[in-house]
Amino acid sequence: MSISVDRDQAFLDGIRHVADEVASAHATSVDYEARFPAETIAALREERALSAALPTELGGGGVSFEAIAAGCFELGRRCGSSAMVFAMHQIKVITLARHLDDAPWFCDYLSSVCEEQRLVASVTSEIGTGGDMGRSIAAITPAQDGSVSFEKQAPTISYGAHADDLFVTLRRAPDSEQSDQVVAIATSGQFELEPAGTWDPLGMRGTCSPGFVLRASIAPEQVLPAPFSTVMGESIVPVTHILWSHLWLGIATDAFDRARAFVRASARAKPGETPPAALRLSHVMSDLSLLRAEVSSALSEFERANREPGRESLTTMASALRFNNLKIAASEQAPRVCQGALGVCGIMGFKNDTPYSVGRHLRDTMSACLMIANERIHSTNANLLLIAKDV
Amino acid sequence: MANPSEAGPGLEERPPASDDEPVTEEIRQIVKDHGRLSVDPSTLAPEADLYQAGMTSHASVNVMLALEDHFDVEFPDRMLTRSVFESISSIEAAISELAPTPAQ
Repeated sequence: MSISVDRDQAFLDGIRHVADEVASAHATSVDYEARFPAETIAALREERALSAALPTELGGGGVSFEAIAAGCFELGRRCGSSAMVFAMHQIKVITLARHLDDAPWFCDYLSSVCEEQRLVASVTSEIGTGGDMGRSIAAITPAQDGSVSFEKQAPTISYGAHADDLFVTLRRAPDSEQSDQVVAIATSGQFELEPAGTWDPLGMRGTCSPGFVLRASIAPEQVLPAPFSTVMGESIVPVTHILWSHLWLGIATDAFDRARAFVRASARAKPGETPPAALRLSHVMSDLSLLRAEVSSALSEFERANREPGRESLTTMASALRFNNLKIAASEQAPRVCQGALGVCGIMGFKNDTPYSVGRHLRDTMSACLMIANERIHSTNANLLLIAKDV
Repeated sequence: MANPSEAGPGLEERPPASDDEPVTEEIRQIVKDHGRLSVDPSTLAPEADLYQAGMTSHASVNVMLALEDHFDVEFPDRMLTRSVFESISSIEAAISELAPTPAQ
């Protein structure tokens, strides 16, 4: 117990150092230039943070999931793009570790992630599936030399051009149904990415997520043996929504902190008078508390379900609804907090070069409702609500 | 998860499809009407994976609704998992757990 608490503490000290000293210093240029936050990711590698969540037997840091979520929050406070790259990488390696089932190739692979601090990107969405991660068109296709190959049209691959390896969802075989999916890993040297489109978005500009055509040839044992539906329900859905919402909370918290600093400065300028912005700040605080409560209760519920033998409650509809709702609520609430902070800071928040600037925060959090579009999640929920009872 | 005694004696020696129990036939018909499979459910083995046969999660909800209506049962939340609805035989086990004598 105390060993893991110490590990978590050391990990978070390291993350806070990277967030405050590195991510913060480069956040503006990463945003302006829409460039990959290379300095932050290099510093995270130095801290061995890319393998923090992996078990110590494989060479990882053995850090708790709660601490990884806190790490996403801390990075989010300083640079949303850095936090998103970190979170997306963690989602992939945590998912693999949770469904390892002693598959030899995957054990060796995760050891190499630890040793070499390899960065993993994901290729889950696909042109033609309408944003539905539960369907794939590209298929694992056996080749004559015993390898398997695939070609996938990806509308977006976050930091694809900067990742070592790719986590790809595919149809099991050329004659499989679209819903009969598997996860495969393609390592550097086994794939090529042909750029398809540009990257000049409103926010989360440092994630560098243009479209690509992915072509890869891998060994058959690089396909994860665990059933995809289990991987999706027990891990990808809850872990993704929890880590994303932690970093959105981090961005919103920094916007609130900037608004609070603005109000304090106004109060100091005219002692004895409560500045009008203080009242607005109070409204922003209630919005922030709602976000914080939703994020933290979802994490506790996940931790509780995770401790149950077999993690069965994570496969229920009630669980899918729970974590889908986290995503919808957090992705709507985070930009609301940032917009509230902008209202507090006024022109000083609107300008991009003051200590109270919150434009980047607002733009970054506005991406949240698009990352797996909220309307798609609502339509999934609407269907589940037809049959689910105790939600 | 399914109680082995509920699978019923003689399940293994029963010849396939055409000689199914009435309940199995009714389940097959519901899967056929609502599961939107890419194959005819009457050709599927009782243990065949319906999701691999093309049933989406969306279609599975309609199968569940039709099963509840037809057998006059309510699946509690703990049974609303993918594994309970992944084959004709797993559905049959769930139905017999909820309504031990559905045919009467």
